[in-house]
Order: sequence, then structure tokens, then C-alpha cells
Amino acid sequence: MVEGVNGDDASIICVRELCNRFGDHVVHENLSLDVRRGEILGVVGGSGTGKSVLLRAIVGLLRPTRGRIEVLGRDLLSLPAHARSLVERRFGVLFQGGALFSSLTVIENIALPLMEHNRLPRPEAERLALMKLSLAGLPANAGTRYPSELSGGMIKRAALARALALDPDILFLDEPTAGLDPISAAAFDHLLLTLRNALGFTVFLVTHDLDSLYVLCDRVAVLARKQVLVTDTIGRVQDFPDEWIQAYFKGPRGRAARAATNGHGAAN
Amino acid sequence: MPAEDRSDLLAWEIHEGTVRLAIRGRWVLSHYEALGERVPLCRAAFAQRLLVGVDTSGLEVLDTAGAARLVELLGGEHLGMLAEGGISAERQAMLDAVARAMQAGDALIPPRRPTMPVELLGTMGAGVLRFWQQFILLLGFSGLVLETLLRNILRPRGWRMTAIVAQIEQTGLDAVPIVALLTFLVGAVITFLGATILSDFGATTYTVSLVGFSFLREFAVLLVAILMAGRTASAFTAQLGSMKVNEEIDAIRVQGLSPVELLVLPRVLALQVSLPILTFVGMIAGIAGGMVVCALSLDITPQMFIDRFGRDIPVRHFLLGMAKAPVFAFLIAVIGCLQGFSVRGSAQSVGEHTTAAVVHSIFVVILLDALAALFYMEMGW
Repeated sequence: MVEGVNGDDASIICVRELCNRFGDHVVHENLSLDVRRGEILGVVGGSGTGKSVLLRAIVGLLRPTRGRIEVLGRDLLSLPAHARSLVERRFGVLFQGGALFSSLTVIENIALPLMEHNRLPRPEAERLALMKLSLAGLPANAGTRYPSELSGGMIKRAALARALALDPDILFLDEPTAGLDPISAAAFDHLLLTLRNALGFTVFLVTHDLDSLYVLCDRVAVLARKQVLVTDTIGRVQDFPDEWIQAYFKGPRGRAARAATNGHGAAN
Repeated sequence: MPAEDRSDLLAWEIHEGTVRLAIRGRWVLSHYEALGERVPLCRAAFAQRLLVGVDTSGLEVLDTAGAARLVELLGGEHLGMLAEGGISAERQAMLDAVARAMQAGDALIPPRRPTMPVELLGTMGAGVLRFWQQFILLLGFSGLVLETLLRNILRPRGWRMTAIVAQIEQTGLDAVPIVALLTFLVGAVITFLGATILSDFGATTYTVSLVGFSFLREFAVLLVAILMAGRTASAFTAQLGSMKVNEEIDAIRVQGLSPVELLVLPRVLALQVSLPILTFVGMIAGIAGGMVVCALSLDITPQMFIDRFGRDIPVRHFLLGMAKAPVFAFLIAVIGCLQGFSVRGSAQSVGEHTTAAVVHSIFVVILLDALAALFYMEMGW
């Protein structure tokens, strides 16, 4: 499906020796990371360790100070505008605050990429958008409302529906379950897993939700001290001998999430 | 993907009252429309017949858009047949999710849009209503600002000098160059026009009175007020509007602070200082423009200009012009802030209210100026 992937054949995102600096503030120093095709990679790290910055650099919103990022085998920042747009429309991005277009209704938000990129006529696009909206777990009557009239959790789900609109190859999710109630968060995990299994897309998931990490993620990458400390299955990551990782996974919340997952025998 | 493949996506075979479907190729978003044409044809074919089997062995790619078409094709009742047709468990799970989603989606009936004449009348009515509401709102908000101001004046500890000075710099000092340039040019143009007409009567010396009267009484304050409406009222609306979108105003309120005291008073007071000073700058620059034209094209030297000016024009005209400045300043600041507070949640709303702030303040300024001119005339000033 993808042409000309360099290096490791299985990796769909390839970050090498990435440095990001804002003034004197160094966020990333020689950070390297591979995301394999079809996996759900969880990215965790303390506040301010640059998880969102890494996401923004990968999707090409931020020019890194130094280093190389290849997505789908191409360096986004060196591509001409048209070729870049072709790659970018294979992304679905869910921003932390939703970033829905505030002057469009929810349905129009989701239908916009369908109409712009696939030239679908408006009724068809809105019909499809409505389906995506329900898929993301929102009632149909939320579709005619404006983002400012929605609750935080509804905005998250509407933003997910928009990220899924074009059936992307790579889905970037920035804290998708933050602010959702536990039932909705579990439904979100289930939906993501169902779609990934059927469609085979890749997920880059920035999260603090330990339940999501245990249930969803094939691998987990830990960001700390300006680098990726370790990228491995959650079973191995939680035993990694590092103070921060131990505090993260073996703290009271980590223990509870692990116990719950093991109890259901659903750990990967 | 070549075009001939698209008709091949879906085929059906009719055999003595039974139908067998074959699903093939790529059922993806890029074929969504093509599939939309084939699906109703196919449904018509098996509507009166018995569907005995669905072959999905040729199905290469299926995404959620394709799944939506597949659910449309088969309907909820036949979806189970896909499992017999050899579809994978993952795809079946996605199809079930999509089918459930579509059921929920079909329950929605989109609201009908009214017809053109009805909409036209409705828009007009809404416009009239809005005008009245805005007027009431402006009166109410002005009252609120004045009340807060009176309360605040008695407590010098509550004066926010830093904010006021910063606003004076932005609204006053930064606007001096543009105000001076604009009024200088208008002054020059008026003098030139006046000179052209007055020279027909041999009364070119009265050009001095013309430019003096017009700038002291009307033009300086009016030009500056219109400029401030465009420059400052819009800035106030955009500042407060984006704070409103960001819920910053709510944050101020829940901390037990008053947004009017914190945000509106410094702006109103700053403009009370800036606008009269800018009006004075405008008068000087306009008259200077007139003086330059007089010197260059009418042989009235600056010395003569100033002599005549001092003799012909009483100071009363300067005071009458200046008297309007604080009123305009108050209204411009209050309208700008009111529109900022009226912003509702979206970027588009910020834009709409910024436009409204400029239009309303220019409207109010010109209306009041006309009323003031009538009043001055009746009083014989």
C-alpha cells in the first residue's frame, strides 16, 4: 500500500535524533522512535516532557530544531505542498482540546474533509458524517449543534469522528480519554480496538489513562529526560528499572489498573 | 483504480427467484459514490426474491465508508449472511458497529429550511428586534459602567493605574501619527476647496476662518472619533471577545472579581484621556494643513494666518468641539467592551461582534454629532 519505505520495513513513523528547543528550553535531545505499521503505540511521560510537541513535530506542524522525521517513508517538511497534502490526508489527528471549527456545526466539521478531499456531494458527505458521529458514540441530534454548545466529553468524541472521517492510515490521538467518564472511556477503547482490527490503521496515542494503556496498546513508549527511555510491550516496560517508570506503573493507580486488566485476562 | 473496476464491485446472479451476491474489490471512501449508484439497483433486484448467499471472497479492502454502503445494501436483517460468506470476525465487528451507528443516525430528521420570502421577512424582523435590543443593552451597560466607576472612584486602592496607562499608550500615543497625518491632509484639502470657491468672490482671506471654524467645532473631533471607532473599539471587542471564548471572563467572575472593574473601567478611563488629547492633536494638525496650503497657494503667510486666526475665531469654538470628545470617548469604549462581552463561543462570533462594534460606534458618533450641531445652533453658540 505504501511506496518507498526506508529502513525498517515495518515502521510507518521513523524519528531519528530529534532535537526540539524553544529558546533556552530544550524539550527533546537526540530522541529516536519507531512506530510499526498497524500497532497502537501508547506514549506516556510526565507533564511537560514534550509528548504533544513530539506529536506536532511528527504531523509536521512544528519544524524540529534538528533531526529527521519520516512518516509513510517521506520527510514531510521537505515535500512540495501538493505531495505533502497527499500524505497529510492519510492522517487523522485528534487534538487535546478537540480543535473543532467553531463556526461550523458538528456534522459540517466531520463532512468538511469528505467534501474537500473526496468531492462527495454535501448530502452524501453529511450522511456519512452522521454515521461516523454515531460510531464515535454521540447522539445524532448533537450533529446540528455548534462546538460551543457541547460538553467537553462530547467535543472529544466529535473530534474523534472528524479524525476518523477519511479512514486514515495513521491516527494521532492526544489524550483522547481525558475528560471522559469511565463508561465512555471504555467504549472509546473498545471502538478504537474494533476499528484498528478491521481497518489495520496505526495509532499514535498520547495518554495518561492507565486503563487505556493496559487494554489498548501493543507497545508503550516512555518519554523522560528529553528522550524515549524505552519502547516495549507494557509488561516489559512496567518492569524497566527506572525510578520514574516504577513510580508511574507501580503507584496506587497503576496497581489498580493492572489488577483490573489481569482480572479480566485481557492484557496483551 | 481504473473505472471499469467500479461496476465490478458488486454483482448479482438471479436464479429462479433466488439471488446470490458477489462483493468484490475495494469498498472504500473513494468508491463511495460509485457504490451509491449500484446499491439501489441491487436492492431492487433482490427485493422480491430470496437472498440465498453473499460471496465476499473477492473483497480486498473495506473501510467504514464501504461498510456503510454494505449495511445499506443488506440491511440489518441480512447482515448475518456475511459471516456465512466468509468475512473475517474483525470486519464483522466493524460492520456491526457501523450498522448500529447508522440506525442511530437514521433517527435524525434534519430541520427544514424556510422558503425565501419567509426567510427574508424573518431576517428583517430579527434585524429590527436586534436594533432595539442593542439599544436597551447599551443603556444598561452604560449604567453598569457608570455605577462601577462611581463606586471605584471612592476607593483609590482599586484604581488600576498600570492598566490605564498601558491602555492610554495603546489607544492614545500609538494613534498620534495616524491622527496627525489624516487631519493634516483633510485640513489641506478643505482649505484648498474653500480657497477655490472663495477666490471667485475675492474673499480668500476668509479661508482662515473656514478651516479654523470647521476644525475646532466639528472635523477634528469627528475624524478622531471615527478613527478611534475603527481602531480602538474593534481592538476592545477582539480582546474581550477572545477572553470570553477562552472562558477567562468566567474565571474572573468566579474569583469574586468584577470584569467591568478589571477590564472595562481601565479602557473607558484611558479613552477619556486619549480621545480629547488626540482631538487636540487633530485640531492643531488640521489647522497646520490649512496654514501650509494658505502659504503655498494663497500668499497668506503663516504670520498673517495666525493673526487672523486669533482675531476672528473666539475660543468658544474650541471648547464646543472639545466638549464632545469625552462623550464620544465614553460611547466608543463602552460599545467596544459591550460587543466583546456579547461574543458567544466561536471565532466567527468574534468577527461578527468586532464588525458590529465599529459600525455601531461610528453610527452613534455621527448621530450624536448631528444632534450636538443642532443643539449648538439653537443655543446660538
